[in-house]
Amino acid sequence: MPRIWVFGNDVNTDQMVPGRYAPYMLGANDDVRRYAFIEARPDFAPNVQPGDLIIAGPNFGCGSSREYAPLALKRCGVGAIIAPLFARIFFRNALNLGIPCFTADIREQVADGDVVDFDLAAGLITNNANQIQLPPPEGWMREVWAEGGIVPFYRRHGRFPATGA
Amino acid sequence: MGQTFAEQILGHASGRNDVQAGDMVVVNVDLVMMHDSLSPSIIETLHNELGAERVWDRDKVAVVIDHVAPAATVRQAEQQQHVRRWVAQQSISHLFDVGRGISHPVLIEEGLVQPGMLVVGSDSHSTGYGAAAAFGSGMGTTDIALALATGKTWFRVPETVRVNAVGNFQPGVSVKDFGLWAARTLRADGATYQSVEWHGVDFLSWRERMTLATLSIEVGAKAGIVAPTGLGAEHTVPAWLRVENDAHYSRVVECDLSTLEPQVSVPHYVDNVVDLADVGRVAVDVVYLGTCTNGHYEDMAAAASILKGRRLAPNVRMIVVPASSESLHRAASDGTLATLIAAGATIGTPGCGACIGRHMGVLAPDEVCVFTGNRNFRGRMGSPGANIYLASPEVAAATAITGYITHPRNVLQSTEQAVFA
Ligand code: SF4
Repeated sequence: MPRIWVFGNDVNTDQMVPGRYAPYMLGANDDVRRYAFIEARPDFAPNVQPGDLIIAGPNFGCGSSREYAPLALKRCGVGAIIAPLFARIFFRNALNLGIPCFTADIREQVADGDVVDFDLAAGLITNNANQIQLPPPEGWMREVWAEGGIVPFYRRHGRFPATGA
Repeated sequence: MGQTFAEQILGHASGRNDVQAGDMVVVNVDLVMMHDSLSPSIIETLHNELGAERVWDRDKVAVVIDHVAPAATVRQAEQQQHVRRWVAQQSISHLFDVGRGISHPVLIEEGLVQPGMLVVGSDSHSTGYGAAAAFGSGMGTTDIALALATGKTWFRVPETVRVNAVGNFQPGVSVKDFGLWAARTLRADGATYQSVEWHGVDFLSWRERMTLATLSIEVGAKAGIVAPTGLGAEHTVPAWLRVENDAHYSRVVECDLSTLEPQVSVPHYVDNVVDLADVGRVAVDVVYLGTCTNGHYEDMAAAASILKGRRLAPNVRMIVVPASSESLHRAASDGTLATLIAAGATIGTPGCGACIGRHMGVLAPDEVCVFTGNRNFRGRMGSPGANIYLASPEVAAATAITGYITHPRNVLQSTEQAVFA
């Protein structure tokens, strides 16, 4: 069952993976997964399980364009990220990698360490008896998630999402 | 109703002209920038995931070795070698190698970025191309690989926040203070998914405008475009790119530059901005002048005008990393560099330097740095225990002289007193 990891406001990509731990800086066989939140939250990478959820405050993912920040979260198996506002480049990178991001503020309804049920298709989190309905994402986002990211989406459809052409 | 710069440029690039904020558009890109740090993964995605053999147009791709230049480790050296070989194999026209400088000023210096263009780069500060009134936007590895393969990308046409300046700066106050004032006013997410337009700064050179354009991402913006009015003769503004005052803006803010005081962004968020007068006495270990935001010729000259005939405080290190070889060359030609060196500063290879904590002056725990760059995030320049204060080149120079964060006026006044004493 997914565990909830709660983060604060304005979490930047330097906190997710500091530039000093970029793939460019590491050995060729090192996995960026190990460096997710290495300084901001050192208990994250060793303990996160596939399907776990990140709940955060506004402006999640602000800062640099480094796609290895959401990539590290994807390699950790993060099932979805839920925040009231995502920084634009992060949001696009996460979409491209097929990581579901829901724009909602549910910090009042969950606590760090809670173990919940999560139905991605329905956008429904069940925390004990409490049901949290996430706002439905735009259809084109779901289409990209369904393909597993923008590369498989583009290879199949030969177009960009939501543009018809 | 008129159009914002973002609507005009995205309309032009999509061939649909009449676009409005909220529309989804596919656009032709005029230039794709990629740098050493992310090029290996972009190349990998382009060939191995997207299955493309060649970039769509070898003349519209610029590869810049700036993030760790020259290489600090064998691993980086190997990856840079790989990137150079790829550039040759793809016959890409524009490679700017070690020492040429940071992508954003370099591509403008090279004339590759012109007003009205649509430029995407593998770097969040690609908003910097707005210094030349281009729509510059940062993207990640996969989006850049897609742009390389297709020559296209997609955008939701953004709403626009308009920032108006009136008046001009007091001595010791400069464009960085205006940019930090905007971060203070709009906050870190104040322009997320939007573009920012900067007006009322016709008197600034394009390099000074880059301070504003690069800081636009620090309020979350998709693009940060400085009005094309007042640009020099090296820039040709297309007839269709105009200030249309009846365009719709989501928000308009105004700054009277003549009443602006030096601004300082205190650790660890860019929008944690206060008047310098409210910072208190902060002792400093390192003064770092550089980056795409404030490492240009004008910034070195501003620092030199304050450091002239003076010395760094004991225990202060001052590291100057020019933003480009052109800025370095100018500073070397007119005595600016000699002034900085005589004061005790040291000079690094043009490029990003320690801005992302990889080489050339990374910080130790508990060290305090006054930085002319654009991010003071915890751990950005090295140890997560270091404290980074963002400020103007003028404040950086004054601070280097006294050893604590200092208003340029205080240093300049003390000389006048010395002269009259
Ligand atoms: S100087 Fe800093 S902010 Fe500018 S491109 Fe280089 S790393 Fe990015």
